Amino acid sequence: MRDRGLIFTGLVLFLGLITFPVWYNLASGTSSKPPELKLPTAEKQCVAPTETMRMSHMEMLITWRDQVVRQNDRTYVAADGKRYDMSLTNTCLKCHDNKAEFCDKCHDYAGVKPYCWDCHIDPKLVQRSKG
Amino acid sequence: MTIHRRTFLGVAGLSAVALAGKSTIGALAKAGEEAAPAAGTATRWAMVIDPQRCLRKEGCKDCIGACDKVHNVPLFQDKDHEVKWIWKEPFENAFTGEENPYTAEALKDKPVLVFCNHCDNPPCVRVCPTKATWKREDGIVMMDWHRCIGCRYCMAACPYGSRSFNWLDPRPRIPALDPEFPTRTKGVVEKCTFCEERLAKGEQPACVEACPEKALVFGNLDDPASEVRSLLREHFTIRRKPELGTQPEIYYIV
Repeated sequence: MRDRGLIFTGLVLFLGLITFPVWYNLASGTSSKPPELKLPTAEKQCVAPTETMRMSHMEMLITWRDQVVRQNDRTYVAADGKRYDMSLTNTCLKCHDNKAEFCDKCHDYAGVKPYCWDCHIDPKLVQRSKG
Repeated sequence: MTIHRRTFLGVAGLSAVALAGKSTIGALAKAGEEAAPAAGTATRWAMVIDPQRCLRKEGCKDCIGACDKVHNVPLFQDKDHEVKWIWKEPFENAFTGEENPYTAEALKDKPVLVFCNHCDNPPCVRVCPTKATWKREDGIVMMDWHRCIGCRYCMAACPYGSRSFNWLDPRPRIPALDPEFPTRTKGVVEKCTFCEERLAKGEQPACVEACPEKALVFGNLDDPASEVRSLLREHFTIRRKPELGTQPEIYYIV
């Protein structure tokens, strides 16, 4: 067992190297911080509770999409009986008017790339290109 | 009184046949009842076009402009990449088979408005492998751009050339983006949807609203009191390529 020193040094080096990303993120303090989102100021109430929206807004949007496009049913009745037009641009983005600081920020953090915006338009983009 | 075995078997057999026949007829009658449509509630959207009125204002493109604007239709100068929802087609191209040796003289440079015919028997729907296009109950041949895989079978099937394919990214070619309506992406087929998003709000299609000569009339064919029905009652009308059996629902007054 004359190589004991060599083996343990190698092991420590190896472990250090493969866990480097973890240490790096901890040191720079990026991963532990959830993104700070800009919430709408004008409207206080969403179509569903915050927790539901956070967990399953994507499922809701898919359901809305199928209801509107395939069933021609455009009205969403919220739990409190309030009625909404099922539309990403015309309902969601009317309140959440800052897509970059709300949708994008969290999607970037979570590493997801929804393709909604390939077709659906952020009204802000249009205003900027006009002005 | 004694019953012979032969008589008994005969009576029993006939009774069995009668019973089976009764239940079969009952089942058939029931199926017939279910298949009959509910009367009075149906909607069948259609359009009646008066080409003479359309020709009154020369070079008018108000309907085309209105449609392109509300639906974010891209403007490609290159014919190969063109995307069209509603456009003008020379008479002899729109109504192939209707031409005669003097057509050119009478209708030279006189275009006819054409767009999706929202056929009752749409061949595009039959060939779509993903059900991205289908016929709604109100007769609109609808498209789900989320589901289109860009195979272009529908374009091959449509005898009217009503469908366009996005060979390139359409977004940079849209003169003025309307955020209320989505754009399409590269690799997706698109066409006229009879403004179903406007119908849902109780509005008329954009082209109908924009026409200064009221040459386009939109309405419900299933309502005998509708304007389209009264126009069809009062005028001779033709449809594009009716011999193909697609049952187009755009009528042209002659």
